[in-house]
Amino acid sequence: MDIIISNSSNQPIFEQIKQAIKKAIVTDELKENEMLPSIRNLAQDLRISVMTVKRAYDELEQEGFIKTIHGKGSLVATKNIELLKEEQMKEIERYIDKIILISKSSNISKKEILETFEYLFGEDE
Amino acid sequence: MENILEIRNLCKKYNGFELQNVNITLPKGMIMGFIGENGAGKTTTIKAILDIIKNYTGEIKIFGLDNRKDEKKIKEDIGVVLDDMFFPEILTPNDINSVMKDIYKNWDSELYFKYLTDFALPKTKAIKTLSKGMRKKLEIAVAISHHPKLLILDEPTAGLDPIARNEVIDIFQGFIQNEECSIFISSHITSDLEHIADYITFINAGKIILSKTREELLEDYGIVKCSKEEFEKIDKSDFIKYKKCKYEYEILVENRKIFSRKYSINTIDRVTLENLMVLMIKGEKEC
Repeated sequence: MDIIISNSSNQPIFEQIKQAIKKAIVTDELKENEMLPSIRNLAQDLRISVMTVKRAYDELEQEGFIKTIHGKGSLVATKNIELLKEEQMKEIERYIDKIILISKSSNISKKEILETFEYLFGEDE
Repeated sequence: MENILEIRNLCKKYNGFELQNVNITLPKGMIMGFIGENGAGKTTTIKAILDIIKNYTGEIKIFGLDNRKDEKKIKEDIGVVLDDMFFPEILTPNDINSVMKDIYKNWDSELYFKYLTDFALPKTKAIKTLSKGMRKKLEIAVAISHHPKLLILDEPTAGLDPIARNEVIDIFQGFIQNEECSIFISSHITSDLEHIADYITFINAGKIILSKTREELLEDYGIVKCSKEEFEKIDKSDFIKYKKCKYEYEILVENRKIFSRKYSINTIDRVTLENLMVLMIKGEKEC
C-alpha cells in the first residue's frame, strides 16, 4: 500500500493517511479482515507522531472502514459497497462545489460547464 | 499508572526569574515537545524534574512515584541528555561503558556499542577530541543504553547537522515503539518536533501558556490573514491573538474550519510551531 504524505498540502496529514487507506480498501489492495500496520509502526515508518496515525485510525473506525480489536490491532472491516460509494460521491460533490464556485466567480454558465463535462466525460469512455 | 510524568504547581524563584505554577502531564507511549524562547524556563523545569536544583515547590511524579522520595528508584528508569556534557573530557567512549556499567543495573554494553557503531563514533578517542555533533550523539547513546522508560532531553538536536538530526529522531521514534516508554524533549528547533511530537507544551516567561496535542495545534489551529476592514468585523471572542503587520493583520484562531464557516476570509493557513510561538509571544489581545 502506498501512503504518500505531502507536507505542503493543505490537507492535514491524518486526512492524507485516511485517504490512502480508503483508496487501498476501495481498490481491494487491502482485503477484508486484512491487518493494518500497527499505529506505532506506521508512525515510525512515516516519521510522524503516534497521535496523528491514531486520529486517522479512530476516524476510519468511526466511518466503518476498519475495526480495532483490543490488544490485537486494526483490520479492514467487512466491506460495505454502499458506504464506499457514498464516500466517493462525497468526494465528487466536493469537486463540484469547487466548479460551481469558480464558474460563479468568473461568469461561466451552467450550460457551458455541462457541455464541457459531457465532452470530457464522453471522450473518456 | 497511565501518566509517566506529572508535574503539579511547580514553582521556583530565582533573582529576576520565576517558574509559576507549572503543570505538565505526559501519558505513556507519547512524545512531548517542550518549546519556548531561550530563558523561558525549559531547563529549570527539567532540572526540577531531575531534582538537581533545590528549593522548588510543587509535586513531581514520575512513574507515579515522588521525584524526591523515590529518586534512586526513578533514576534507574530515566535517560537524560542535558545541555552541558557531564563527563570528564579525558574519558573515551570505551571508558564511559565501564563507568556506566557500575551506575545502572540495566546497563546494556552490547546496545551501547551498537549505537556507537551506528553513529560512527570512535571507541578509543577522548571526548575532548570529538566534534560537538559527535558529543551530542554520544550523550544520546549513553542516555538510552540502560533501557530507560522515560527519556528527558534538553535541546538534544542543538548543534547537530540535518543528517545527524534525522538519525537521532529515528532513534527517538524507535524508542517509543514500546508503548510503556515516553519522551520529554525540549527544543527551540521547532521543525524537529512538528512531526514527531504527540503533545506540544509551550512555556513563556516561566508560565505554561499552551499544552495541547499536536493534532489540535497543527491541524485545527489556524492563522488568518486579512485586511483591516475585515479584522474589525471579527468578534473578539473568535480569536486568541492578533498581530498588526504592515500590509495585513495576522490572527491566531483555535479552529480553522469553524472560523471559515463563520467568516468569508480566504486566507487561513495552518500554523507552524514557529509562527505559533511568534504570535503567542508577540501578538496582542485586547478584551
